[in-house]
Amino acid sequence: MSEPFKTLTSRTLTLSQANIDTDQIIPARFLTTTTREGLGKAAFYDWRYEADGSPKPEAILNRIDPTEQRILLAGKNFACGSSREHAPWALLDYGFRAVISTEIADIFTSNALKNGFLPIVVDQAVWDDLAAHPEQPVTIDLEAGEVRRGNAPPVPFKVESFARQCLLNGVDTLGWLQTHMPAIEAFERAHEPETAA
Amino acid sequence: MPRTLFDKVWDRHVVTPETAETPGVLYIDLHLVHEVTSPQAFTEIEARGLPVRRPDRTYATLDHSTPTLPAGPDGKRPYATAQAENQVHTLEENCARHGIRLAGWGSEDRGVVHVMGPELGLTQPGMTVVCGDSHTATHGAFGALAFGIGTSEVGHVLATQCLLQRKAKAMRVTVTGRLNPGVSGKDVALAVIAAIGFGGGTGYVIEYAGEAVRSLDMEGRMTLCNMSIEAGARAGMIAPDQTTIDWLRGRKNVPADYEAAAAEWLTLVTDAGAEFDKEVVLDGAAIRPMATWGTTPDAGAPVGAPVPQPSSDSDRKAIAYMGFTAGEATTSEAVDVVFIGSCTNGRLPDLRAAADVLRGRQVKPGVRMLVVPGSEAVRRDAEAEGLDQVFIAAGAEWRLPGCSMCIAMNGDFVQPGQLAVSTSNRNFEGRQGKGARTILASPATAAASAIAGVLTDPTAYLREAADA
Ligand code: SF4
Repeated sequence: MSEPFKTLTSRTLTLSQANIDTDQIIPARFLTTTTREGLGKAAFYDWRYEADGSPKPEAILNRIDPTEQRILLAGKNFACGSSREHAPWALLDYGFRAVISTEIADIFTSNALKNGFLPIVVDQAVWDDLAAHPEQPVTIDLEAGEVRRGNAPPVPFKVESFARQCLLNGVDTLGWLQTHMPAIEAFERAHEPETAA
Repeated sequence: MPRTLFDKVWDRHVVTPETAETPGVLYIDLHLVHEVTSPQAFTEIEARGLPVRRPDRTYATLDHSTPTLPAGPDGKRPYATAQAENQVHTLEENCARHGIRLAGWGSEDRGVVHVMGPELGLTQPGMTVVCGDSHTATHGAFGALAFGIGTSEVGHVLATQCLLQRKAKAMRVTVTGRLNPGVSGKDVALAVIAAIGFGGGTGYVIEYAGEAVRSLDMEGRMTLCNMSIEAGARAGMIAPDQTTIDWLRGRKNVPADYEAAAAEWLTLVTDAGAEFDKEVVLDGAAIRPMATWGTTPDAGAPVGAPVPQPSSDSDRKAIAYMGFTAGEATTSEAVDVVFIGSCTNGRLPDLRAAADVLRGRQVKPGVRMLVVPGSEAVRRDAEAEGLDQVFIAAGAEWRLPGCSMCIAMNGDFVQPGQLAVSTSNRNFEGRQGKGARTILASPATAAASAIAGVLTDPTAYLREAADA
């Protein structure tokens, strides 16, 4: 279960490239882990490190303070590719808490929301505006459903209603699904009478 | 009201319908599991003291982290790392503890998860199939609703056999006309993705229809559905027909009263007049052998076509990463590695197509060619036909089944800077190894490229093979 998410105020980090796929977010060779922890060091690994493991000094992700730039402003079709939940795990462990893009892949969105990482889709004009003001902190207000920047008009965004409730209140999704057990059992009795106990 | 194939399969699995506030509860018939995306899910349900609710609807395999070279004389398997070995042992232990069937080491059924499921008849028309793997869409070739899920959801299915879902939108992709000789399911897939765009299918389930799709064998249909995620769609589906029924008949896990089941499966078609949120139509006769020039799967063009002028920074970056030049054909770039395998193209007809091109010819010196069957069954059948000998005689390596160079986490990878022609599904930067440059293509194109040492249209080789 993830921590509740109500509001977040932070500067953004812009990675404007389109189609940042899950192999960029966390390369497959880091997927042999059997836990969720400590994946921040693998986040964007090949963007951050040379083949010999030394940090690339020019890599923006090695130069920022992740506690100050917790919102990723990413190019279109962010996190396309694999279903690996290691992608939001790695982003969270690195320090990010939300991503704003004009398009975000389906499976990543679902994975991210289950881990308290907020994917926000905005239109291109809003994206351009945010990208043009990297110094100014942005507030993501999940309760109000809006993104705010300085004196600019607030921008509404949508999050699937149930996921939003889960994030705001720290609801345990699996626990909630389990409350449907009587309906699930009834479904099984109706559809597979031969195996029902 | 007329319903789509997707509607029909969806409707029969709704346990609790969705509302404005809450997602629906969707029943899952088959849950496939592999070593990479499951360990944290088992940890989660065990921490809550929950059992696996339906081990009989769960089936596991070892594929991603597994070496494709045989065990040494000491019986030790050449794992890439101790962590990879630990991950495999973790799945073995989890399956033993929870009574889940595992096609593990030594099992004649083991294979890449999306090759194995259909082969064993676990995948059937009308089912809901999930796996912690984005290429689960493969199983949609049978008229199943099959999609990839994350590890939290793997835990949900283990514990409840259900998922919280909102229904996706429906798109129909119709490929009309007849495919030309030498054009395979892979070429159709790359043409479709190029047409829709990399994220063009986001939020949709795709139904593939039309004469060209119908003409594909089951393996070709699986290749096509497999790559739905490369257009952003979580699932791809094809209505079951006689080809589907003939392919599944006699397989291990199909219903005892097969003909009755088959008759019911044939009702799983989109009704006349059913509406889709989006329709795309492609001319199948215009599709030629395809290959990618960039670092996204939608960057595809006919083999021999010039690399397009970049229309964005992302394109410019992709072309630079690939070491190509806009306006030039990629057919003159020296190829270092050819990979034939994966859940996209690691099935018997894929290996036959490659062998038909290679028979009596040689892999160009300096090119490393790796052929990795998608499952133990594919390996057995290929060896029975002598395909392994064709590959070995040509100078290729013949390996044990696994994901191998598709994801490059088992020790099989492309070296930094090397150019690979690969039958897998992703040409992302570094997908096949750090710094690897990947061209996606069909098995026949990959084999022709291995002979020529440059990306090559296989049609000429196939003609010669047919004439011989
Ligand atoms: S072969 Fe490749 S795409 Fe298929 S399951 Fe394995 S890693 Fe995934």
